[in-house]
Amino acid sequence: MEAQSFDMGDIDIAWCPGCGNIPILKILKQALAELEIEPTNLVLVSGIGQAAKIPHYLKTNVFNGLHGRALPPATAIKAANPALTVLAESGDGDMYGEGGNHFLHTIRRNPNITNIVHNNMVYGLTKGQASPTSQIGFKTPVQVNGVFLEPFNPLAVAIALDAGFVARAYAGDAEQTKEILNKAIKHRGYALVDIFQPCVSFNKLNTYQWFKEHTYYLEDHDPFDRQRAFEKATETDKLPLGIFYINSEKHAFEENTGLYREKDTPLYEREPDMEKLRSLIEKFKIPL
Amino acid sequence: MATNSLFQNADNVSIVLCGQAGMGIQTVEFLLTRILKLAGYNVFATKEYMSRIRGGTNSTEIRMSSEDVCASVSRIDILIPLNEGAIQHVEKRISTQTVILADKEAIGEDFDQTKHKFIDVPFTKTASEIGDKIYSNVVAAGVIARLFRIELQTVIEFVGKFFSDKSGDVVQKNLAAAKAGYELSEDLQNSTGIGFNVNKDTNVKDQILLSGTEAVALGSIAGGCNFISAYPMSPSTGVLAFLAKHAKDFSIIAEQAEDEIAAINMAIGAWYAGARAMVTTSGGGFALMTEGLSLAGMLESPIVIHLAQRPGPATGLPTRTEQADFELALYAGHGEFPRIILAPGKVEDGFYLTQKAFNLADKYQVPVFILTDQYFIDSYYNTACLDLSDINIEKHIVKTNVNYKRYKLTANGISPRGIPGLGQGLVVVDSDEHDEAGHITEDLDLRKRMVNKRLSKLELLKNEIIPPELTGPQDYEDLVVCWGSTYNVVKEAVENLSKENIAVLHFKQVYPLPNETVKYLQKARNIIIVENNATSQFSKLIKLHTGIDIKNKILKYNGLSFYVEELTNKLNESWD
Repeated sequence: MEAQSFDMGDIDIAWCPGCGNIPILKILKQALAELEIEPTNLVLVSGIGQAAKIPHYLKTNVFNGLHGRALPPATAIKAANPALTVLAESGDGDMYGEGGNHFLHTIRRNPNITNIVHNNMVYGLTKGQASPTSQIGFKTPVQVNGVFLEPFNPLAVAIALDAGFVARAYAGDAEQTKEILNKAIKHRGYALVDIFQPCVSFNKLNTYQWFKEHTYYLEDHDPFDRQRAFEKATETDKLPLGIFYINSEKHAFEENTGLYREKDTPLYEREPDMEKLRSLIEKFKIPL
Repeated sequence: MATNSLFQNADNVSIVLCGQAGMGIQTVEFLLTRILKLAGYNVFATKEYMSRIRGGTNSTEIRMSSEDVCASVSRIDILIPLNEGAIQHVEKRISTQTVILADKEAIGEDFDQTKHKFIDVPFTKTASEIGDKIYSNVVAAGVIARLFRIELQTVIEFVGKFFSDKSGDVVQKNLAAAKAGYELSEDLQNSTGIGFNVNKDTNVKDQILLSGTEAVALGSIAGGCNFISAYPMSPSTGVLAFLAKHAKDFSIIAEQAEDEIAAINMAIGAWYAGARAMVTTSGGGFALMTEGLSLAGMLESPIVIHLAQRPGPATGLPTRTEQADFELALYAGHGEFPRIILAPGKVEDGFYLTQKAFNLADKYQVPVFILTDQYFIDSYYNTACLDLSDINIEKHIVKTNVNYKRYKLTANGISPRGIPGLGQGLVVVDSDEHDEAGHITEDLDLRKRMVNKRLSKLELLKNEIIPPELTGPQDYEDLVVCWGSTYNVVKEAVENLSKENIAVLHFKQVYPLPNETVKYLQKARNIIIVENNATSQFSKLIKLHTGIDIKNKILKYNGLSFYVEELTNKLNESWD
């Protein structure tokens, strides 16, 4: 399957020239093509923000919902029809700020979806305010004296919650990012891929050059060692990239519902058993 | 005390149990309502309670009757106070006619025989003799059963069934407690003459005992609901718990979300993938859902919202009742989009309306509300068995082709709804304004057409509005208007007026307003509206849509539902 299967044709793309979202879109199409996922069988769920526009530029089923709210519908879509491949994709402000509570509890719920977060450490759509991952000292028109809030550490939080798959990638490295996405999508359960992405318009601090200088790939790292993964996630001098943590022992949410144990038919093909309902109602003659 | 004065022939009797949370009032209520029904009496029960797990003072009202009984009365014929302060708690509802069966030892009060008909009943001592004072509640159930001359066998059989999953010793002790209570009652009858004679009703046997919670939950199953996401909040949680309990039997995913925002967004996602989803919530929980409600409006997603009202603003009175979130349901959500609001009156309305809500939501791709309240949710009575013969689960999902457009502009405003994975098309939905394919747009001409398309469904769905129900003579002069949960209490209050030319007009669809509204209102010489809120929210809507200003209002907003007598008196005063 070719990456072109996901091309939208001649469309107007709202991202700035040089935007880090552009390579991510390209890499994602390649990863999906390699995995032979049919556009009709894929659902891309997003919130609001520059990153959250990605579903409009990739030919597939789309649920472009509310700001911060991509994870709950993504969870429900997968639970209603487990045959679909479901990706929830948005930016750092959307997933970690507005949607922070859903981020925590979706990890706990562990649906078999892939959570891709474009992390550019700034708000793009609202023009340059601090995001939950902005670094201390980062000056903006709102954070005029520089950010003093502790940056949100999505990887450490995910590992603390025993997320099944936790990785960080960099938009400037197509090959490695594609490999990470491949593995994340194949993982059975919730998978987080935080992708560092330069914002050429509003983040003059965390540039392509900065990311090159401040990141390195994990080597000889055992992703099944949770303690070590947590240590790696809390490193800040240089930021590690790669797969930090894997726990493949967990059951996915839709498996835990118990509905698909005997048959895999999606909910839309199911009908309530009216005879069972009749006998349930009958019990209300003398309800115990 | 003259012994015979305590014997009564009655059409209906009101029994109130009052005590602290955790004292087992619910067990007595449970046993008695079932035993009374088994014996052939009509039975109604409701409760008012404090927002706490232990302590406080709560009360349960049980009415048993020879005829249909579906509403709460203020009058108490038999009061069973279980703790100190219980009599005070219901003081306004008791009279010199109230028989108070009390355990002097337990309530720690001296009885004033000049004010009330007190009978000292040693519930605690009797229970302790069996082994533990925790059996007091079953002793009480035995005492009351005997007052209505229910056969011991009926009592014993049901108590045995109720405790059947407990250990043999517990079963035996409870059976002994029921029997001891029964015998104690015989002694009391011999010494005081107390007793009640109420005729039985042969229709009761085949009827079901149903609460508002159960009606809504069963209705959702009959509507094909297979996904419910909710965050626990009184008084709406029972629906979630009921569906969770029966999830396996009916292929339902019942998920407790991290918050109400997640709950409604999950439900919309579930509909998108072809499920039939609902949320159940109350006041502040629904306030959090309003962003998601607006999303459903924009995506043209079906959704069923059970909104069980309780008094606000903010946390308000968490365990009490009010009809004050009608306007919230009506206007919630930013932007303009159509919706349907249904408000059950009779308990069975909860079933049929919720069933229909799923079909309406799917057909018109709009949010449909089931607007109940704590009084409706927590009350129950015997009613005709639910009829499934006319129940249809109408699905409106299409298989897509390669050229599928989710928001195709059609003559009637409804675009056929595809779902991902069914057919060759792609299903694209967007919270931004979108084109026919579902993709984001800033084409302002198209924006206008999309607004018109969404709003045109409001006109279309007016073709199947549920008409208001008129009770009473067709040639009425006086008309009492009500909606939702007040139906039964208004009906009984009006019957008690023994006034001719008066009718009740009850709305179970409150939005869009039925077309017949004007015709009914114009025919009346006097109109009174009854609402369980402070600002008469429904009459405001009536005025807005019909120009008819209902000036005469009976409103209650202290956190309790109306009592029949209270309403009868107020209606009488209103017409003086």
